[in-house]
Amino acid sequence: MIYDFLIAPFAEFEFMRRALAGTLALALGAGPLGVFLMLRRMSLVGDAMAHAILPGAALGFLVSGLNLFAMTAGGLIAGCVVALLTGLVARMTELKEDAALATFYLLSLALGVTIVSLKGTNIDLLHVLFGSVLALDDQTLVLIAGNATLTLVVLALIYRPLVLECVDPGFMRSVSRAGAPAHLAFLGLVVTNLVSGFHALGTLLAVGIMMLPAAIGRFWARDITKMIVIAAASGAVSGYAGLLLSFHTGVPSGPAIILVAGALYVVSVLFGQVGGLVRQALPQRHLEA
Amino acid sequence: MTAALQFRNLTLGYDRHPAVHHLDGAVEAGALVAVVGPNGAGKSTLFKGIVGVLKPLAGRIERGDLAPQDIAYLPQAAEIDRSFPINVYDMVAMGLWHRTGLFGGVDRKARASIEQALSAVGLTGFEDRAIATLSGGQMQRMLFARLLLQDARVIVLDEPFNAVDAKTSVDLFDLVQRWHGEKRTVLTALHDIDFVRTHFPETLLLAREPVAWGRTATVLTPENLLIARRMCEAFDQHAEECAVPTAAAPLPIAGKPQGGAAGLHSHDR
Repeated sequence: MIYDFLIAPFAEFEFMRRALAGTLALALGAGPLGVFLMLRRMSLVGDAMAHAILPGAALGFLVSGLNLFAMTAGGLIAGCVVALLTGLVARMTELKEDAALATFYLLSLALGVTIVSLKGTNIDLLHVLFGSVLALDDQTLVLIAGNATLTLVVLALIYRPLVLECVDPGFMRSVSRAGAPAHLAFLGLVVTNLVSGFHALGTLLAVGIMMLPAAIGRFWARDITKMIVIAAASGAVSGYAGLLLSFHTGVPSGPAIILVAGALYVVSVLFGQVGGLVRQALPQRHLEA
Repeated sequence: MTAALQFRNLTLGYDRHPAVHHLDGAVEAGALVAVVGPNGAGKSTLFKGIVGVLKPLAGRIERGDLAPQDIAYLPQAAEIDRSFPINVYDMVAMGLWHRTGLFGGVDRKARASIEQALSAVGLTGFEDRAIATLSGGQMQRMLFARLLLQDARVIVLDEPFNAVDAKTSVDLFDLVQRWHGEKRTVLTALHDIDFVRTHFPETLLLAREPVAWGRTATVLTPENLLIARRMCEAFDQHAEECAVPTAAAPLPIAGKPQGGAAGLHSHDR
């Protein structure tokens, strides 16, 4: 019975196994990135970036149809251009990062919509918007897994400067010049993960597997390492449970995954060990000094 | 004695408006210098220039054989995100950056020096505390522990004893004197004139223009302090271009002609 419910869908159907592999890989890479975005108070940057990617991906789609390479390249280029310009403007002018990003992603969005309207719309564009995690082919799966690997390796390389840039940017500048390149590499990873995520979850929901697990991690750990582990794990759990939910109830799988993550988030807000609402409300005797 | 730092007709500022104007002079290696002046006198600006965060509008700072990691800097208001989930131990360990770099491990010797630094500032037992839970004084002690580990030849402290209690300032000043004893060069911005008189052999009195620089007793005279106080703080939005020739500094950098053709330095980059 339990087997039928929890394991059989994946044992019986290959497309479910592929979907599970894809979401697990996504969760592994996106969770840690989300934690850094959150700690840098850039939680909405992922969202803005996803909007910036959309026109690139749509352009790739219009040029060569549902072609993995064209859409990925389009998304990557659009995302990297916006990330790079944002970083440059924020570092070289008075404009702060959020304002710089807002300007560029809006421009990118407007440009993308203009291009799309020139060529006319297509119903398949819905794939780009909402993804198709149940139809991951070999190529896409390799792309997602490769990207997760790349993300973890690069994060390990830039971990120290990234943490230091977050906690004490002034000190970072005084001891090393690695801050700016680390930050750019980090933004690059955000872009590649969103691009890799949109194949499964669509451009709009790809941010969900990044930010919701990170926010969940914040409620269960006081230390960044644990936070990262919890984020990746809760992303993976959401992927698994979301696919099951989708399989048994017929809800679209992308939204189902994000909804499960949302449910975990609500539980964390209520019962989380670090600053959860219930814990705050419970009367606790204070300690001796 | 050799000079650790030399200022050559140095002008530092923001948007072409000078905050430190035409500073000349040298900081001897091993000196303990107090930098004194009213708010807006350019103390922090000078320090940012020394550390290299701020590029000079004109003139230059000669750092001799000092590499960037030889200069440690404690800013007045550290841009620390106190809500960041990191503990005291890891924060202090960052002082070892010049040794560990991006990937280097923290070995037993490094761990021993971190423990020593923590005990020197009286924070033993605080290793696992999140920085969010520290008081202002404990925070400053932690930053001094990090400075200890940086093991720098030049240490620049921007108002390090502001907003800490007497006990903490005494403890932290002990470290400053220890650094002085180890022949490190220490520059400290301070507001407590009496404290400077009793503890600092050398003083730079700054009021945008250098008012006086030398032995503390000869610098902190009532006349000099009055001059410093009278300095106007606000930028004049419509200030004329400064007419002092930049070329007053000898040894112009090869390939980088200084000053305009008319002998004005135009402060623009």
